[in-house]
Formats: sequence, structure tokens, C-alpha cells
Amino acid sequence: MSPALALLIRDVKLAWREGGAIGVALGFYLIVVIITPLGLGPDLNLLARIAPGILWIGLLLAALLSAGRIFDNDYEDGTLDVIATGPLPLPVVAGLKCLAHWLATGIPLVLIAPILGLLLNLPIGTFPSLVLAMLAGTPAVSFLAGIGASLTLGLRRSGLLLALLVVPLYVPILIFGVSAVTPYVAGPNSLWPPFFILCALSLASIVLAPLAAAAAIRNALR
Amino acid sequence: MQLPFSVSLRAHDIACQRGGRTLFQGLRFKLAPGEALLVTGPNGAGKTSLLRQIAGLLPLADGQLAATGADSTPLDDTPLAELCHYVAHADAAKSALSVRENLAFWADYLEGGESGLAQALNAFGLNPLADLPAGLLSAGQKRKLALSRLFASPRPIWLLDEPSVSLDAASVTRLDAVIRDHLKAGGIAIVSSHVPLKTKFAHELALGLERAA
Repeated sequence: MSPALALLIRDVKLAWREGGAIGVALGFYLIVVIITPLGLGPDLNLLARIAPGILWIGLLLAALLSAGRIFDNDYEDGTLDVIATGPLPLPVVAGLKCLAHWLATGIPLVLIAPILGLLLNLPIGTFPSLVLAMLAGTPAVSFLAGIGASLTLGLRRSGLLLALLVVPLYVPILIFGVSAVTPYVAGPNSLWPPFFILCALSLASIVLAPLAAAAAIRNALR
Repeated sequence: MQLPFSVSLRAHDIACQRGGRTLFQGLRFKLAPGEALLVTGPNGAGKTSLLRQIAGLLPLADGQLAATGADSTPLDDTPLAELCHYVAHADAAKSALSVRENLAFWADYLEGGESGLAQALNAFGLNPLADLPAGLLSAGQKRKLALSRLFASPRPIWLLDEPSVSLDAASVTRLDAVIRDHLKAGGIAIVSSHVPLKTKFAHELALGLERAA
């Protein structure tokens, strides 16, 4: 098995095994979406209107919840030291670990989103565009989270600081993600412009975030 | 174990700074294939920092570190870090993975392949524990798991930071034998240790003396 594949598979396996990652993220997402109608009352029209926003905000927060684990566990137990002496350049390592976060956390969150949409009275006709927009946007979510995770390496209780660093970077994803799904925007082209912008955001993050994360990791290993 | 090639390691006037304080400077040594270096010194003298510098994790404040091939050709294409196995205080063991999965990952990641995994499992007798989650291992067994990584792929330079901590007497003897075999095969070992090892060290480096004096 190639070093890159070995690292990717190990990270996905650890995310499933250690439980905390996926279980907590999905559970958190579920809770956020369930308590929203309880707080707003049973106005179905209102719920349908704000459903895309709630689903996106819930997804971003749920993804952030497990973002600290991208590098932190490997840093604490010395694995990152050994990985740094391996055959892969550090930006590639950082990219693979963010990719593993997307595979293990991003995709399950996207798949559960339509089911949660039912709880918010989101029209079933918007489900395909919801899933498409989320699949296009969540790589950016995981890779940007990687920057925050690498910058907060070695800090105690780094979760809040990580959120402060990363949430501002999520603003464009949120804006275009919601506008891709909003059912009240008329016209046949309402999905594609925001969809392509989400793709662009993801591609840019996939290229740039590993470089930033690798620089931060280098600094943390000193 | 066969090494892909043997190297010499030369340190020329290297210095180390941590937090604005100079730990050591003007450090020189030259290790030929098959030679070992014992690094000694009081706590905080910079033993770990020196090993991390050789492993490429810590930048040199000054000086040069270079590995050359057996026929004194420079090894331009391979960075020094990729010639080194670094076994630190932290064991780099994943408690959610079994012993076999831990070593299989290192064998794959460090490009040792199937034979690397088999050798690593045998090196410190971890075969009977192979299917146990690493989280259940004792401190000494975790140490052996970390040391077994040395066999996951053949690399000429071993950097061992207090390798005998929490090992039992039989395992320390085994560690000695393993280091001797590595040297016999033309490898280099740089060991920091407070516990006397039976390995014959060609060179000894005492850090932190100039500050005490």
C-alpha cells in the first residue's frame, strides 16, 4: 500500500473507531435541527424558509466540533513527529488528513442533511440541490478546518479558539450554500451560479489550506 | 536486516537555541557506517533537541548536518530526515488500533512493505499481542511497540531518545542486541540514555558541561 493511501485509510479508520468524531458530529447536528422548531413554534412556512440556513449552520458547527481531532491526537502522542520523517511532504500529509476528515465526517453529515430537512418542512423538491451544494461545499469546510486545527496545535481547550479562527472563513460557504438551496429563488438557473462558486471555494481550499496547515505544523513541531 | 545503503553522518559546528537560550554550540562529530554515538548530559542539556535536529524537526541555529554515502558521495535526493528512525519519549501508538494495525501502518507509511511488518512484529516479541488494542498495553509494552517501528522499514540512522525507559531487564538486553546487529549491518545509532547500555559506543558526547563549569 502506498504511504498516502495508508495514511488516509488509517485516519478514516481512527475516526470511526474512536467514536467521538462521527457519532458526536451526527448527534450534534441532529440535536441542533430538532431544537430549532421547538424554539420557533410550529409555523411551517417560517420553518421551510429558514430550513436551508439552519441545515448549513448546523453542518458547519457539527464539522467544527470534530475539526480539532484532525491533527491534535497525532501531535499529542508523537505520531506527527514520525510522520514528518516519512516519505510524504508535510503539505501532502496535511491535505490527506483534511481529506480523511471530509470522508469520515463531511460526507455522513451531507447524507443525513435531507432527513433532517424533513423535520424542518424543507420542500422535497429542493433535496437534490441541497445535497449537491453540500457535497460541493463541504471539502472547503474540512480543509479550512485543517488550517484552524493546525494553528491551535498544542493549546489546551483549543476548540473555542479554533471556532473563532475558522468560522469567519466559512461565511462565503454559508452564503452561497444557502442561496443554492433557497426554494423561493425562482428561475431554472438559481442552483448553478452558487454551486459553481462553492466548487471554486472548495478547489481553492484544497490547494491552499494544506500549505498553510503544513507551515503551522512545522512551527508546532519545533 | 539488510540496509539499502550505509551512510556517514557529519555534524559541523551545530548549535541549538530554545526560547532564546543557547543549549549548545560548536558541536562536532563524525559517524562512519557501523558507529554509534552516546549522548549524555543532565536534564535540559539538549539531548532531545539534538536528536530532533537530526530528524529534521528542529531547525539548526547554526552549522551543518550532512549525510554522505559509503563512497563519500553526497545524498542529494534523500533528505536526512528520511534516513532516520526517530523513537522519542512519546510512543506514537494509537490506542484504538491493534498492535498489528499500528505496525502495519508504519510499515506501509515508511515504505517497508509486508516483510517490514513481519520483522517488526518479531523484533521485540510482540507477535502474541498482535491482535490486542494498543490501548491495553503496559508502558513497557508500548515502548516495545515504538521500538519495533525500527524494523518496519530499513533506515540507516537510528535516533533513540532514552530507549530503555520502562523496559524490563530482558528487553534491555534485547535492545542492546538489536542495536549491535544494526551497527554490524553498517547502520548508525545515536542514543541518549541515562542507563548504561552494553553496546560499544564509538563516540560519546557529553552535553551541558560547559554551562555547569
